[in-house]
Formats: sequence, C-alpha cells, structure tokens
Amino acid sequence: MDFSLAEERRLLQDTVRRFLANEYKFEKRRAIVSSPEGFSRDIWKQLADLGLLGLTMRDEDGGLAGDAFDTSIVMEAFGRALVVEPYVATVVLGAGIISDAGNAAQREAWLGPIAAGEKLLAFAHTEPAARYAPSFVETKARREGAGWKIDGFKSVVLNAANADAIIVSARASGNASDRDGISLFLVDRDAPGVSLRAYATQDGGHAADVKLSGVPVADDRRIGDAGAAIATIERALDRANAALCAEALGIIDALNEATLEYLKTRKQFGQPIGRFQALQHRMADMTIKAVEARSMAVVAAAGMGEKDATQRSRRVSAAKAFIGQASRFVGQQAIQLHGAIGVTDELIVSHWFKRLTTINATFGDADFHLARFSDLMLGEK
Amino acid sequence: MNLDYSVDELAFREGVRAFIAASLPKALAAKVHEGKRLTREDFVTWHRILAKKGWVAPGWPVEFGGPGWSAVQQHIFDEECSAAGAPVVLPFGVRMVAPVIQRFGNEEQKRHFLPRILSGEDWWCQGYSEPGAGSDLASLKTRAERQGDHYVVNGQKTWNTLGQWADWIFCLVRTATEGRPQEGISFLLIDMKSPGVTVRPIRMLDGEAEINEIWFEDVKVPVANRVGEENKGWTYAKFLLGHERTGIAGVGRSKRELKKLKEIARRERSGGRPLIEDARFRDRIAQAEIELIALEVTNLRVLAEEDTRRAPGPEASILKVRGSEIQQSLSELMMQAVGSYGLPYVPEELDAGWSGEAAGPEYAAPLAGLYFNMRKTSIYSGSNEIQKNIISQMILGL
Repeated sequence: MDFSLAEERRLLQDTVRRFLANEYKFEKRRAIVSSPEGFSRDIWKQLADLGLLGLTMRDEDGGLAGDAFDTSIVMEAFGRALVVEPYVATVVLGAGIISDAGNAAQREAWLGPIAAGEKLLAFAHTEPAARYAPSFVETKARREGAGWKIDGFKSVVLNAANADAIIVSARASGNASDRDGISLFLVDRDAPGVSLRAYATQDGGHAADVKLSGVPVADDRRIGDAGAAIATIERALDRANAALCAEALGIIDALNEATLEYLKTRKQFGQPIGRFQALQHRMADMTIKAVEARSMAVVAAAGMGEKDATQRSRRVSAAKAFIGQASRFVGQQAIQLHGAIGVTDELIVSHWFKRLTTINATFGDADFHLARFSDLMLGEK
Repeated sequence: MNLDYSVDELAFREGVRAFIAASLPKALAAKVHEGKRLTREDFVTWHRILAKKGWVAPGWPVEFGGPGWSAVQQHIFDEECSAAGAPVVLPFGVRMVAPVIQRFGNEEQKRHFLPRILSGEDWWCQGYSEPGAGSDLASLKTRAERQGDHYVVNGQKTWNTLGQWADWIFCLVRTATEGRPQEGISFLLIDMKSPGVTVRPIRMLDGEAEINEIWFEDVKVPVANRVGEENKGWTYAKFLLGHERTGIAGVGRSKRELKKLKEIARRERSGGRPLIEDARFRDRIAQAEIELIALEVTNLRVLAEEDTRRAPGPEASILKVRGSEIQQSLSELMMQAVGSYGLPYVPEELDAGWSGEAAGPEYAAPLAGLYFNMRKTSIYSGSNEIQKNIISQMILGL
C-alpha cells in the first residue's frame, strides 16, 4: 500500500500545473470557450509537446505507458483549470479504445497522430433510450458487400463536431439491451450519411447529437471482433469515469480553497463570516467530503488496474457515485457560502460548479453508479 | 501509488488470522457475532489471551511491551479481530491511560501500572465528564485538595463506561480555581476500592447498564498517583483524546457489521422474495458500503502518513465523525432489515445460553437495542460538533 507520488508522477504533476497556471488563466479560458471551435488548437499542440496526449499509450505505439494514476494527475489539474480541450473524448476514450482493441494498422494510423495532437476523436455510444445503460444499443450495423451500413442516433457525443473520426457503437444482432452483438466502428466525421446537431454544453464544452443514415463503413474500420465490443465499451466507460472522478476532485479542492478564503476575508456584522459556527461546520463538512473524495479517486484509479472486470466496475462505480454526491454537496455549498457573488458568471466559482454538475451527468450519474454497484451485490457469494 | 497490501502485510494478516482462529474461544466469537451480552469475564478472557501472545497493546512502544507494529499492521490486526468476532480490547487502560503514563508518568508509575494494564490485572475506566461538564470539559468541578502527601477528592463523574467492573479510574480533577479553567486541572489515578467511591449504574435507552455515575466523597488519593505536574492535566487530557481517535474510525467493526447486514438482508423476506432483491433497500446497503470504502481508504491514508511522518493530527476528527456516522447507519439498516421484528423487547434473549422461545429470527433480538445504543457514537469522545470545531480551527484556521 502506497499513497505517495513516485518521482516521475510528481514531475508530471508539476509540469501540468505549471503549464496551466501560465497558459490557461481563467480569462484566457473565456476566450477559448467563445472561439469558433470552442477549444484551442494551440493549447492542444502544447499538450502534445508535453507528452500528455500519448501518456497512457503503450511504448510500441509511441506512448509513455502510463496508467490510470497518471491520467488522474492530469485530470485533477485540468479540473482546477477548467480545461475544455477534448482530452476525455480523444485521449481517454478514443485512444483508449484503439489501444485496447484496435489492430496494428488502426493503432498505427491513429495513435501516433493523436499523441502528436494531429487527430481528434469522439466516442458516439450513448443513445436517448439507453440513458446510461452501457449495453443498450439500437443503432444498427448491417453487412453490405465487404463493408457495413450504419443507421441510428447517438446523443450528446462529446467533441463530435471537431473530431476527425467518431467511434460508433452499433448492433448487428440481438435485442437492444443484449450484451452480445455490438461492434465498434471508426466513422469519418464527414462520411456520407453522418449529420450533426452540434451545440455548446453548460460547462463551456461542446457536443453534438449524431444521426447516422446508411453510413457506409469499410470492414477495416471495425475495431475489435464483430459483435463482441461490450467488454471494450465498459472498460472505456470505466476509464473515462475514473478520469472524471479525478477531474471532479481537482474542482472540489479548488472550490473548497476559494470558499475558505472567502470565509476568511468577507466581513459581515463586523467580523469575517468564517467566525460563525454555522458556516464553520458547513466548511468542515465540505472538507470531510473533499478528503473522502480524494480517497475515492484513488479507488477509481486503482480499480482500473483490476484484471477482473466486475471488480473494476465495482470500484469505479463506487467512486463515481461517491464523488457525484460529494460534488453536488461541495458545489452547492460553495455557491451558498459565497452568497450572491457565487451565482454570478464573473466568478470562477460558478464555472466550477457547472462543470461538476455536468461531470455528474456524464457516463452515469451518482444514482446510476450507486444502482450499478448495488446490483453487483447480488452476485456476491 | 497503489491500494494493495504488500506481500509482507499479507503474510502478517495470515499470521494474525491463524492465531485468532486457534486462540479465540468459539463460544465467545459466537456471542459477539450474535450480539449477545458480554460479561466482564468475556473481555478479560480475550485480553489475557492477547497479553500472553504479546499482542494486547498494538500501539505501545516496544520498550513498554508493544509488538512494534506499523500503523498499517495495527489496522490489519484490528480488521482480523473484528472479522473473527473477538471482543474489543477495552480502550480505557491500553489506549487511553497507558499512553499518558508512558509519556508523562514517572518511573514508579510506569513500573507499577503498565505491566498490570498489559496483563489485564487492572481494569481501568475513565473519569472525565461531569453533570455540568460535557463538551465544555474544562469546566469540570470535581475538586482535589492537597493535604500532606494526599489529595482529598470530592465531586461527581458521569457517563463512565463499564466502571462497575473497574479496579482503577483515571480522573481529571480541579486543583486550582484561578486563571483559565484549563490551567487548574490535574490528572489523578484513583483506586476504585478507596473509601468514599460510590458507583451507580445508569440505565440506557437500550435497557442496558453500560455506563455509570461515580461519586467521590472525601476520597484520599496519594500524591504519588498524580500523573505529571499539578495543574497541567489539561495537556495530558488533550494528548489522550488525540490518541483515542486513532482507532475510532472503527473500520474493522463496520466491515463486520456490513457483512452481517447483507446476511440478514439475504435471509429476510419481503413480499416472499429475499429482501436483498428489493432494489430500494439494497441501494441503501450500497450507499453505506460505498461510504465505508471511502472511510477505509481515508483511514489507510492517515495511517500511512502516521507510519512515515508524525503523530495523528486533526485529520483524526474526520475519521471520528465519519466512522461514527457509518456505525450508526449500519445499525439502523440492520434494525430496518428485520422490519416488525425490531419491535419485540426480550432482554433475556441477549444472554448466551438462554433457552426460551425466541421472538422472531434469532438474529433480530439485539438489533433495535444496537441501533439505540449506537446513537452514543456521535456524542462520545468529543461530539461530532466538537470535532467539526476542531476541523474548523486546526485544519482550516477559521
């Protein structure tokens, strides 16, 4: 058991933090968010130069062979700085899926360019009727000649509009919620039959609903075995959720620091409001949640190292449920303790709160993950 | 960064488990698992078994007879003892007064008292709270007046746990009334057999008599039984409370209770189906389990820091608050799991060996009482509100 950061990780942490402190100040982020693409290609290139885009790719794919703890370090720092660049969509999900299940040609075609910051990906899996259920896929893939035709609809696909290709889950057999029968395909964003309804998201990011109408896909664009993608999908979602846990943790800590500072400086009734016990205890509760949330982010990252998929999902869901609840509490209380200034757009506090809120609704909220953890209890001896 | 126990720690766990399996009397483990009433003899039996092995005081320095374990090893030991259904080693001697004697006592006190605490020869209890001094402990009024080589003690202590079986009590007493209230307190060791000591049990909400009031009427206490300096007792008391909180997360115990809760939920029926298949109830178990995971890992993080750095700090308050809340929610869920069979009050059922007809499933009898009893956990050893004051002041600087 070891809770300390190894030297290389400490270095990674320093590097990311320093970079963001210099290059990703809040006002600059505002400009990035309102730019046409909604993210900065320049920042993305610099993240590539720092090695962050290939962080968890294998050596032979040109990566740094990092693991979920390394991703956590990056995501925690991204949380505090409210980075909107498509790291989860492209690196954690997209490159993660190709690393896990892609063949040699796909890995070569995509991973190097992703690590270099030249290609962007999106993962189009969630559907309106699925809510968060990972195996519910109504999008259809049917054989046509040597390739496939895909028809369906995917909701709130992160980074879809800016992606060079979209990894689409589609079903060639079985009922909508069967675990078997799902395949993954790399679909070019501008392929015929792909249409996007793109929009901004509440947290300053971008997403799109993706309609697929008879989209032709060559068979060499299929990732992994046909009909057997559910394990890859669940692993990818767990990995994304572990990363989101770390991002939320970074925001929780940032909110607590800002709120504590405010309690010490804001004066009412002739004294700092932090002198009032009602507020002290609220702040103590927020601190307790933050300490526990850090423990659960460790649980999530450690969970990604589990060989057994059930144990992995169990740990990640425990963490996402806990951190979702903690995020809601800390976020709401941080706003409350700031008073009216907390509900303005001017202060970063409200932006942290909004990001925590969207993290919770991404790839399963606290209720979903509590239920998933709970259902796994039925399988215990 | 990893969450796994090391090979050495796993081997240590195996060793502990094997020893407990061979040494803990089956009947005693059954009493603990079934929530039966424990006698003085039950506690003493397990204490002596551990003492013989040299494991009764895992936190003590080796020079005083501790086993020299790391904080993580101590945690593993606690988990294994809890899982096996061992009675707790009562904290009053081993974990409360002993560290104070070790740190602040004189050589004679160390030589006399420590071996008797280890062996279980002396049963200790705590004399802190008074009717008028709860959270505001420093306002205590029990007086000790110096008369030659004795103090004469007069006053009343309360909320004293298991003092009815105690040989000795450590007391905070007032030896001066000038200055701040904290500055006139001394730390005395008092023989419970001294003339003038009266113990009266307090019946608690679960019908049991776990705690007592203790009166002191002209009780003569040798000055030699004062620990440290006169009027410096508050320092020692704070040291003790800091020590007390290190084990108070109660992770081992709560893991055992969670397991029991799941077993009960598998056996109970709701609409003819196992209760655990009721998603609404199962989700509440899941919530408690997730919170327990967060507590366990937080506890391990604090322990790991303790091993590498320093004495337990104010982080211990976090463990106390969350540990007590989780114990409470687990006890509440267990009671809720048995539904209407939380109602019958048949105190005889809590005696091991009682052969009457049980009211409901045998596991149901202690559960309501346990729920009622566990309300104490957010009140004792510094109420959770006091803990939040500590967090505000010591961690946050508010």
